[in-house]
Amino acid sequence: MTLEAYADTIIPGQKRSAEDRAIAGVTTGGGAVEAGALELLRWDATGIHDGLDDLADLANTHAEAYAAELGLDLDEDVPPFVALDYGHRVALIQRLTTPGHPEKDFWVMLSLFCNMAFDSAAHLHTAEAIADGHPGLVAMGLPHPGADGLVRFKEFGYGRELARLHPDTTPSGSPA
Amino acid sequence: MSNAVERTDVLVIGSGFGGAITAYHLAAGGAKVTVLERGPWLQSEEFEHDYKLGSSYTRAFDFTVGDGMSILGGNCVGGGSVVYFAAMPRAPRFVFDRHGSIGRRMWPSSVSRDTLEPWYDRVEESLSIEKQDWSDVSYAGGLWAAACNHSGRTANPLPAAVDNTKCVNCNFMMAGCRFEAKQSLLLNYLPAALAHGAEIRPLHEVQHITRTSDGDYQVHFNVVHDEDYRLQAGSGVIEAKIVVIAAGAGATPVILQRSEAHLGTMPHAVGRYFSGNGERLNTAIIDEEKAAALLGLDRGDGLAYAANAIGKGPTVANWDRLDGSLPEYHRYSLEQLYFPPGLGTILAQVPDATGPTWFGAEKKEILKNWPSWLTIFTMIEDDNEGVFGPPPATGNAHRISQQMLGRGNLRYDPTRNTQAAWDMSDAEVKEILEKDGLAKVMPWTNDLVGAYTVHPLASCRMGDDPHTSALDDRNELRGHPGIFVTDGSSVPGALTVNPAMTISALAERAVPGIVAAAQAKGINVSYGAPAPDGSRSGRKNVLPLLTGLTNR
Ligand SMILES: Cc1cc2nc3c(=O)[nH]c(=O)nc-3n(C[C@H](O)[C@H](O)[C@H](O)COP(=O)(O)OP(=O)(O)OC[C@H]3O[C@@H](n4cnc5c(N)ncnc54)[C@H](O)[C@@H]3O)c2cc1C
Repeated sequence: MTLEAYADTIIPGQKRSAEDRAIAGVTTGGGAVEAGALELLRWDATGIHDGLDDLADLANTHAEAYAAELGLDLDEDVPPFVALDYGHRVALIQRLTTPGHPEKDFWVMLSLFCNMAFDSAAHLHTAEAIADGHPGLVAMGLPHPGADGLVRFKEFGYGRELARLHPDTTPSGSPA
Repeated sequence: MSNAVERTDVLVIGSGFGGAITAYHLAAGGAKVTVLERGPWLQSEEFEHDYKLGSSYTRAFDFTVGDGMSILGGNCVGGGSVVYFAAMPRAPRFVFDRHGSIGRRMWPSSVSRDTLEPWYDRVEESLSIEKQDWSDVSYAGGLWAAACNHSGRTANPLPAAVDNTKCVNCNFMMAGCRFEAKQSLLLNYLPAALAHGAEIRPLHEVQHITRTSDGDYQVHFNVVHDEDYRLQAGSGVIEAKIVVIAAGAGATPVILQRSEAHLGTMPHAVGRYFSGNGERLNTAIIDEEKAAALLGLDRGDGLAYAANAIGKGPTVANWDRLDGSLPEYHRYSLEQLYFPPGLGTILAQVPDATGPTWFGAEKKEILKNWPSWLTIFTMIEDDNEGVFGPPPATGNAHRISQQMLGRGNLRYDPTRNTQAAWDMSDAEVKEILEKDGLAKVMPWTNDLVGAYTVHPLASCRMGDDPHTSALDDRNELRGHPGIFVTDGSSVPGALTVNPAMTISALAERAVPGIVAAAQAKGINVSYGAPAPDGSRSGRKNVLPLLTGLTNR
């Protein structure tokens, strides 16, 4: 749940149900969680899969300290990071990923994979993910491959001169 | 056990530009050549249009996060040529006169644009590099040209090693070109080297080099698991009379650092003076209506642009600031580029954000505009401020993910010169693209993984001064005869344009010296091979230059 809340802060999505706590629900449409962030993070190919529980614990420890510092009351029914509202989750992640933070590398890596779940669905074959309506790839309008899984474009350019060439250009097209 | 050590004449480490070019010429000249390459050997049909981890998109890459600088490079037979965008301009004349951080000429006095020209010609012939016409330019390149024009600037289609008759503009060239349109080394130098008997061993990662009692070298390698590069599947040693190191500017100095305990003191410049070629990316989000109204762009179906996905890497650059009369650190190029999802989108920042810039609700909104993104790549003159720390246990990084991601020991603190040059180029990109509301622009953040380079250079550079250069002007490692470095690490500094053309020309130029050194060690090898496809016109102009390159 903590990692879902973290992923949802990187690319936020719509709540799955009214009771959803992990997803803050600050945008419409699927975010990193629906895009499969947890599946990607748990895959051993990432190399961070076996440290995830520790990262979640650490995020909660930071969330508690952050709440204490700001005098926030955290709902005890959910993990501390989840109990933070979206704005505070953002502020905390900003702190953790700021240059100089001793754990910055871990949080950047976690953020990187959360983002990748949305922007490239790195745990899924791209053609299938697009066909299945993956929320990130579809929202970004990534091109649909052909039946052979390959992308091709017939039309690719305006086909006309759009600027003057630099006067010092060699005949082979390099800077003189 | 010493009888079990294999022997070769010339051992080449890495199969990118520096490695493939030298391997070809030495094999063609008659030497027994063995190439050790850390990455897999992928065939054209293995190049996928797929972002899944484990597809060619990640198998062929190495992404090393350092302290203040991250390097993206190739990790496969063919090296960076398999994943690169094939833009192949020659470096502008002023580059060779740069002084940079050392306060005097960085380049050896024997290398200038004029002296390099015949070697550039050889590369142009060998890789079928062609000047692109406006009809070859992608929508993104056209948009950049039109925006440059709208703001009173010029713009140039880039020379490229792409066969446009085969290109389908899929923009997947970073995962390897399935259609053999991109003229990677897998299509020219490497097959030609094989035809002359060179042996290429993929998944062989060199760790260090030792010296034998008779002055030859032993190269120690690990065999890497073919799917999970974190795993090792054995190790071995090959003995060679000549070693050519071409593991790329992020890896070559690390091999030498690790070898220092065996080979003796390395030149001071090994692992110092690293340059990221002054790179920086800016993401513009184009206002489609403005692109139509201000620039008159029309794709024929009512769309003005919305074509980020379509094309073939960079096709157009602005070279107005490549002006030798400007002071150093004020000269740069601004190049349109395609950068796919996954490997960097996270670093794009939201213009005018009220919250965080690289993640969060507003970032999600700009991702929805992704088809209307235009990426501009700037290459400034930096200060060669990168320094490699102590080497990791193996390879050039501590590997984190199965493929691609690792943590390295490069430290890069941009100087004021570098920062000011980045700021100046960012401001110009903004001025061009935000004129009359055409777009909103922000540079990528350096806060997450530092600056980001796909053009690592200069970590083991050539030069005339032994204190600031690791190699002499013939690419031989000072104090270690018979070891040559021919990759991007030998290039003294940032080039203000894409570097592969210059790396290749320098590698071509280094070959006669390597041949001479091999002959001196009793290897029966000669210089004079034609281009990989047998063309001979490039050779004609370099043959008269040989004396200067073979005499010590
Ligand atoms: C995405 C991308 C796009 C690019 N686009 C362009 C472009 O359009 N134009 C341009 O000019 N340049 C471009 N480049 C840069 C270009 O690819 C590099 O400058 C060039 O490949 C460097 O050549 P090299 O010989 O120095 O090293 P590389 O080509 O990087 O070759 C080094 C090889 O050594 C191998 N290696 C590393 N360590 C070891 C070891 N320990 N043992 C054995 N092998 C090892 C690597 O796997 C690699 O194959 C691009 C790069 C990238 C990543």
